[in-house]
Amino acid sequence: MTPTVPLREESMLKPASTAASRVRHWLSGLPTSGRVGLALVVLWLVLGAAGPLLAPYDVGAFVSPEVFDSMSAQHWLGSDYLGRDVLSRLLSGAQYTVGLALASALLASATGAGLALTATVCPRWVDEVISRFMDTLISIPSKVFALVLVAAFGSSLTLLLLIAAATYTPGAFRIARALAINLNQMDYVQVAYARGEGRLYIAAAEIMPNMIHPVLADFGLRFVFIVLLLSGLSFLGLGVQPPNADLGSLVRENISGLGDGALAILAPAMAIATLTIGVNLLIDALPGRGRRITGGR
Amino acid sequence: MGAAQDHVQVSGLRITAPAAGGQETPIVNDVDFTIPKGQVLALIGESGSGKTSIALALMGYARGGCRLAGGGVRVGDTEILTLDASQLRTVRGNRIAYVAQSAASAFNPSRTIMDQVVEAAVGRGLISRPAAEAKAMGLFRALALPEPEAIGGRYVHQLSGGQLQRLMAAMALMTDPELVILDEPTTALDVTTQIDVLRAFKRVVRQQGATALYVSHDLAVVAQVADRIVVLQRGRVREAGDASQVLEKPADIYTRTLMAAARPSTQARPHRPAPQQAPPLLEVRGLTAGYGRVEAGVPKIPVLRDVTLSITKGTTLGVIGESGSGKSTLARVIAGLVAPASGQVLFQGQPLAPTLSGRTREQFQRIQLVFQNADTALNPAHTVSRILGRPLAFYHGMDGRARNRRVAELLDLTQLPAGLADRHCGELSGGQKQRVNLARALAADPHLILCDEVTSALDTVVGAAILDLLAELRRELDLSYLFISHDISTVRAICDDIAVLYAGQKVEMGPRNGFGDAPVHPYTDLLIGSVPEMRRGWLEEKEMAATPPPLATAQSANLCRFLPRCAARVEGLCDRLPPPRIVLGGGNELLCHHDGQALQHLQRGRQSAVSP
Repeated sequence: MTPTVPLREESMLKPASTAASRVRHWLSGLPTSGRVGLALVVLWLVLGAAGPLLAPYDVGAFVSPEVFDSMSAQHWLGSDYLGRDVLSRLLSGAQYTVGLALASALLASATGAGLALTATVCPRWVDEVISRFMDTLISIPSKVFALVLVAAFGSSLTLLLLIAAATYTPGAFRIARALAINLNQMDYVQVAYARGEGRLYIAAAEIMPNMIHPVLADFGLRFVFIVLLLSGLSFLGLGVQPPNADLGSLVRENISGLGDGALAILAPAMAIATLTIGVNLLIDALPGRGRRITGGR
Repeated sequence: MGAAQDHVQVSGLRITAPAAGGQETPIVNDVDFTIPKGQVLALIGESGSGKTSIALALMGYARGGCRLAGGGVRVGDTEILTLDASQLRTVRGNRIAYVAQSAASAFNPSRTIMDQVVEAAVGRGLISRPAAEAKAMGLFRALALPEPEAIGGRYVHQLSGGQLQRLMAAMALMTDPELVILDEPTTALDVTTQIDVLRAFKRVVRQQGATALYVSHDLAVVAQVADRIVVLQRGRVREAGDASQVLEKPADIYTRTLMAAARPSTQARPHRPAPQQAPPLLEVRGLTAGYGRVEAGVPKIPVLRDVTLSITKGTTLGVIGESGSGKSTLARVIAGLVAPASGQVLFQGQPLAPTLSGRTREQFQRIQLVFQNADTALNPAHTVSRILGRPLAFYHGMDGRARNRRVAELLDLTQLPAGLADRHCGELSGGQKQRVNLARALAADPHLILCDEVTSALDTVVGAAILDLLAELRRELDLSYLFISHDISTVRAICDDIAVLYAGQKVEMGPRNGFGDAPVHPYTDLLIGSVPEMRRGWLEEKEMAATPPPLATAQSANLCRFLPRCAARVEGLCDRLPPPRIVLGGGNELLCHHDGQALQHLQRGRQSAVSP
């Protein structure tokens, strides 16, 4: 799973134009920390997607007579406070955490970038309206906002997704707008305006390709924030509802095992840690690469 | 150290840069030269010739990734390349000082000038802070900076480019360095500023008895300051020798190419009499434009004031002026990117809408804009074929094979290899990028191309090739250009008519021939007289421009904008009444209180030395 060493040699060759070799070339440019990050992210994406299929037991099944059992052949990560299989619950939890966070982060970043581009290429007043609306949104404390909404509508996956997306859209918008406004002043964009191009073309073809890298880095960051927000909500009991659980709820429900150092609480905590650290390592590696390639240093 | 011994000796210098595949490509190869004590040696060459790399190597520094691979650099008794990092630190900024090209970006904007000028000397403990400040003021005075006592307390944004460049020289000279490296110190300046800065540099370096290395691409500038010249091409020495010998009897063919390119040929085709009945292709009437709120037809920060000009089909109008004169804004207004506050732009007799949204696709198509800096004018995310293909699809609805064929034709037309089509513009050279930039404008099939400083960012040889291309395209495609430049010799080489802008006002306009001899507007006279000639001693012959005393009263908006700098102003007239438009015998239209005879009298003798 970890990219192997020989890739470095191959990268010295002239990059061919096939997709596979381009990916390989991209990988070889990644520093070690970035590769570790990439490996962790890929691992969690796979587990998130295929988790329920891999799970040895049913999520809600009471399968062990022992609570907070340690590792065994039957239960690789032991059992939880009700005697359920931790590995199965972890694999199912990964699905919620990764899936929900990914969907919310995508929604937040796409909305943010889309609104930012709209604000940039449209007349001034559109920008004012969108920006002030985003300022309003950003001034609401996210946890309180989430608590109120969950209290009002009851917890559901869709609601969690929308809450997380709404919380992080203004930040994504701010970053993307700052990028887009700068790019909008570039000569090539001005030339496109002077050519009579429409706003949609300018936003999509002239500005977007040049801001995609920072926006992606920002996307990764928001993904991590959302994982933490969802885990926090679950910890308060407002997230994914039992018997299903995301990684945060797993930590909460097994909190009583903390004193014993039970795997039931360590495993999901480690899972959150590796996921967020992995994404961060990958993000850190991304913008640095551009700088290295262009020279400098 | 004996007097006969050379102060600086560079022998067999090799600098390498990393290349694909882990190998190294040499960027400087076996360069030898010496500088006798107290003399100025000029390194001259195009971009990529390795001149800055050599200059930096003299301080034992190699830019990112590059390596000082071999050879030796001796300054005084010190072998620079054998020093370690801490020894180098005691040499740099102390015994060897460096003045970079862009002073504006070399100063820290959040600290005062004085803090930064004395920093190196005081920080090393060479001199106490009060003594350092006194010394700095002395240098400011020697460099002819205004208010030498007070200027140190200012910040970067309060000073002009020319002043910053001189302040940077002061900073370099604070430690009484034995070697000063000046890296293109006047390239980014206007000609009228350049002359003052050159004069100040030259005097101060002489006074200090320092040895200097002057890096430049401009032979005419080098001719004024250098004792010796080394001509570089692709990291190798093409010619080296005394300045007078290299300039007067260049032995190397490359040196001759450089000299030829520095003087654009003034043999553009004769002025074609345009049919008088047809309306001019482009007409600008009473245009006022700027930024900020518009009140009574005048914006808060006016950039252009009441500019009127016209371009006949098939001709080229040159617009010259210093930075800040509003030349680029003029192009932007015509292109519709900036809405005028008042006035009109007519294209083929039809008024153009002030903003983009009111213009038709046909109007967009016929007027194309080419920006100065091809690095920023081409989208780095797109390939050349996409950049050129877009206007084809947009205006002409071409797609698939037809578009590819036309892209190939355009590349051919702009003398670019067809293989470039699939490359991104980041992979092209500066000249190639500018050609792509031009090809994109041509793709639209325009009648008028607005060229904003298209050759300013290029080397002289490359720039000359672009000028040739422009002239050729005009012949073949019957194009008209609005050619914006700060360089009067370039404009005179390719334009039929010339308009001179000063602080947003059109102070003079007329056919090219009217700019060869006196009388011209006092500002035009200053501009022409400030272009260095390629012979030694020109700077000395050129008497200090009589700087007029500051104005007694604040300048009102209606008066001549050039008034504060005009050497020919008449007290009681110029500072009271707005200048009238007068027409001279040669067809030039001027904004001045003087008539032709008076100007002729004032400028007699000064013009004769200028005409080539």
